[in-house]
Amino acid sequence: MSGGDAIPEFPKSKSGAKAGDGHEVSLTNLSAFASGPGIRSGAEVAAIIAVAVFIIGGIELALRLFNVPHYIMPGPSAIAYALYDEFPLIAPHLGYTLVELISGFSIGAIIGLMMAAVITQFPFAEKIVAPYILILVTTPMLALVPLLILRFGFGYTPRIIAVALAAGPMVMINAATGFRRVDSAKIALARSYGASTLQIFWRIRAPMALPMILVGLMIGAIFGLLTAVGAEMVGGGFGLGNRLTTYSSMIQMPQFFAVVLILSTLGILIYVLFFLIGKKWASWEA
Amino acid sequence: MNAGSAKTPKLGVQDATKVYRTVSGDLLALDRCSLDVHANEIVSIVGPSGCGKTTLLWSMSGLHRLSSGTIRLDGREITGPHPNIGIVFQEANLLPWRNLDANIHFPFEIKGEKPDRAWIAHLVHRVGLDGFGGKFPRELSGGMQQRAAIVRALALKPSVLLMDEPFGALDSFTREEMNRLVEEIWLDTKTTIVFITHSIEEAIFLSDRVVVLSARPGRVAKEYRVPFARPRSLEIMATKEVFDLTNTIKMDIVGERIRPKARERGTAEIVRIRP
Repeated sequence: MSGGDAIPEFPKSKSGAKAGDGHEVSLTNLSAFASGPGIRSGAEVAAIIAVAVFIIGGIELALRLFNVPHYIMPGPSAIAYALYDEFPLIAPHLGYTLVELISGFSIGAIIGLMMAAVITQFPFAEKIVAPYILILVTTPMLALVPLLILRFGFGYTPRIIAVALAAGPMVMINAATGFRRVDSAKIALARSYGASTLQIFWRIRAPMALPMILVGLMIGAIFGLLTAVGAEMVGGGFGLGNRLTTYSSMIQMPQFFAVVLILSTLGILIYVLFFLIGKKWASWEA
Repeated sequence: MNAGSAKTPKLGVQDATKVYRTVSGDLLALDRCSLDVHANEIVSIVGPSGCGKTTLLWSMSGLHRLSSGTIRLDGREITGPHPNIGIVFQEANLLPWRNLDANIHFPFEIKGEKPDRAWIAHLVHRVGLDGFGGKFPRELSGGMQQRAAIVRALALKPSVLLMDEPFGALDSFTREEMNRLVEEIWLDTKTTIVFITHSIEEAIFLSDRVVVLSARPGRVAKEYRVPFARPRSLEIMATKEVFDLTNTIKMDIVGERIRPKARERGTAEIVRIRP
């Protein structure tokens, strides 16, 4: 073989890559700030810590300087202490909320994914179902909680249903967008090797939809958390949402904010989880 | 094979007609198009854009159904995708979520077969992609992606390779390189190749025969034999024969396109178009 022809070219700057083919997905956009150059330099870390200290210290200082009472706005130190002090009491409630979130989300996500996969196979059916899906997506499922409580009592059941109802449509609508991204050339490729419909689904459609599915799962999980906490605030004697109403009714603001802090941490963890999954399994799109 | 197999074309297209039904009415893409491709031959199909080249190729691959007419592989009618027919698509059409190795193994996965590792290694080496197996498509240039796509298409050892404007998106230097690569692969495997392109130079350099399709609806308008021995060097492209042939084919294609207008104004118009 003549060597000259076999010499591989050097990768040109993504000339062949479909840079920006109109399929950018919000997961990767959202992650832009986190996906920078990876490991940060020492100076950057120092700057980040300095800013954090300045902001948190500044709030603490200002609150003390103006003598703002704890029941209006507790300082960061009081919140931190409350978090430390009350955590053994809050922890079980965190567990209850997680149970609701994980089970409700799983149910909603599985149903949402299946419906998306099925419905996108039948464009006609999709047109018929679309308005109802839209209603499900836009209706705050919290509104149904009092009704669900009437029917199912004050236990886990109404909350799990509410979480599933909130997460499911979000997962579905995003996954459906993903499944609809049909690249006819790639499907033709699979068909040219005699691929079955099922093979085309698992080997072409599903991987192509994955980035959008992950976005759906992330939004669904965050909506699920919102709904779980909201449902807990409406009724029933347990869960982080219940802690919020209890602490605020007793004007225990440091404890109240400690719970808020836990909730934001949960939200961030959900985001980080799906970000990492996306980085591992859907990085080809970035 | 049955009697008269010497005469049976590798790929026989008989009266291929394809009508696309669209909202704005029926569109006749191919009209009784007939063409024989013989074993171990490289045939290029050129023609004005929209003349049904791709439709013809996709019909040959079994991915499209003809409205009427038949396509036969070794004398047997093709009714769907056939394992003996490999396709190289426009742009590389690699799966972006798979690295090169996984992309090349894709046909075997679909077939549920064990990949023929020795053969794949040979092909990978032949196209100069050694050591790139772990790379993802987006990390490679267009030329390298198309090399990988060629390996994928040849991985199942098809007896016919259909190439649908495979190098249209590449720059002209990469394109020449790829053309020589295709010839090398042909010398190596003697795979029958049907090559669609809109570059007349590419068609002449690569082919034993260049088939010119008429403007839509596509029909075989002309056929030219390219007499040069293989392996061909790029120098043949500078010969007068190639120059004349290029211009003749160009006139066939351009003439096709301007003919209706030219007829209105008189045929002299065709001559003036000549570069």
